[in-house]
Amino acid sequence: MSDQFQGIEPMVYKSKINVPYSWWAGDTASKFYTTLRDEKKITGTKCAACKKVFLPPRKVCPSCFTENKEWVNISDEGTVITFTVARRQFAAIPSDKKVPVICGMIKLDGADTAMLHYLEEIKPENVTIGMRVKAVFSEERKGTIRDISYFKPV
Amino acid sequence: MDRAAIIGVGTTKIEKSKIGETFADMAWEAVNNALNDAGMTIDDIDNVVTTSSDFWDGRTISCMAVGDASGAAHKNVSCVEGDGTYGAFYGMTRSLSGSYKTTLVTGHSKGSQSVSSLITNSAFDPIYERALGMDMVTACAMQASSYMRRTKTTPEHLAMVSVKNHGNALKNPLAQLPLKITVKDVLESEMIADPLHKLDCSPVSDGCAAVIIAHESAAKKFKQKPVWIKGVSFCADSFFFGDRDLSRAKALTEAAKKAYAMAGIKNPKKEIDVAELYDAFTYQELMWLEEMGLVDDSMAGKLLEKGDFNIDGRLPVNASGGLLSGHPVIAAGLYSMAAVVRQIRGDAGGFQVKKAKTGLVQGLNGLGGQSHCVFILDKDK
Repeated sequence: MSDQFQGIEPMVYKSKINVPYSWWAGDTASKFYTTLRDEKKITGTKCAACKKVFLPPRKVCPSCFTENKEWVNISDEGTVITFTVARRQFAAIPSDKKVPVICGMIKLDGADTAMLHYLEEIKPENVTIGMRVKAVFSEERKGTIRDISYFKPV
Repeated sequence: MDRAAIIGVGTTKIEKSKIGETFADMAWEAVNNALNDAGMTIDDIDNVVTTSSDFWDGRTISCMAVGDASGAAHKNVSCVEGDGTYGAFYGMTRSLSGSYKTTLVTGHSKGSQSVSSLITNSAFDPIYERALGMDMVTACAMQASSYMRRTKTTPEHLAMVSVKNHGNALKNPLAQLPLKITVKDVLESEMIADPLHKLDCSPVSDGCAAVIIAHESAAKKFKQKPVWIKGVSFCADSFFFGDRDLSRAKALTEAAKKAYAMAGIKNPKKEIDVAELYDAFTYQELMWLEEMGLVDDSMAGKLLEKGDFNIDGRLPVNASGGLLSGHPVIAAGLYSMAAVVRQIRGDAGGFQVKKAKTGLVQGLNGLGGQSHCVFILDKDK
């Protein structure tokens, strides 16, 4: 600041951007979510070229640049690839979750990619990379990623 | 191939909250510092590239907030969203295009004015992932766990990065967080997201940096010694977090290989004299060193212990104090670039390293380094 502004009180404007969006989920995610909601089943897409199974399902294989047309059922059990324990109540954490919140990457049996989710029914200090976990589905399912409530130790 | 050089750099001090300054005020200071450094006036600048993020700034076309203060009126101005090194990459291509001889590149952000957890949460896929509420800190904490497990890197190793970089910052008047701390201080600081303590994380920061990139035909017309861009590459990894092996940085390995090849570097372990890496979190400095082939796999922690990356070590890393000592997102890579340019010119003052002929700058964007940009800078053309 140059001298002419010395001693002037800096004004701070508080504001907020609050814009509602209505994203079309796409036909791939729509199929994934309706199956999850109605049948409590986890599904992925498979690349015909590299045979990789993607979870969450993708329409296009990011490696082969080909369209994934095959759907496969994926187990509701899998392995913790990595995890963290959020100790601070970060602003992005949903209001119904109170720290410590255990966030994990879980590779479900039958999938080649990992999915993000919560780990619960276990103390943070007992979570290990490589541990086996199983999905717990929500009672009330609305077709969102939180139709899986969390993963718990097998 | 035609060559380009960096012929001026300008930076503001990095601060926790520049409450008295707007984006434009910061740009005005950084741009004028860069012009003075180069011995140029705004009329000598042919075109402008600004680097900014609409989400961080809270406005669309966020570059418009700094255009006037960057002297962009009546000039071709374009905006890059991502790290400042990506803006520099684009600025360099413009200077090499034949349409322009000189490009002014700026990068700015004020982390103090928003909520980083909400901004970085929006980097996750909105349909599949965002509602879980993870953000940059939790994402990087998961990456840290994964990297530490694979390489047997310890929390003490991470803490040593914090001790080194905050200590280096004591010699850099632009740094926000010069600290004289111990490994114990780091390990006893608040656990934010396991395994990352508060002192493993970079702070929230405000700042703006500017660099001027010239085509070789214009590089020697002004007073400043040119620092030559010998190699550069940019690579991106898969978008979905769970598609990547988080303990690796495939895109960085690729970017570094291409940048070395372009610069004619055969043995980066021996030929790079000084490096500024993207240490948003302590583990990242070690992981990026390995993934760029600057040290052997799983060895960074052990070499750090031996002092290899100290200012007077074999390969000084983040001699400026790095981003752990001040992390204006977006502008960050340009601060690193300015630091390496100053090293090569011998202008780094208190944090000057002994030998600085060839330097490396790394910038990144996205969760846990989804994309990376690597520059090799050199004293000689």
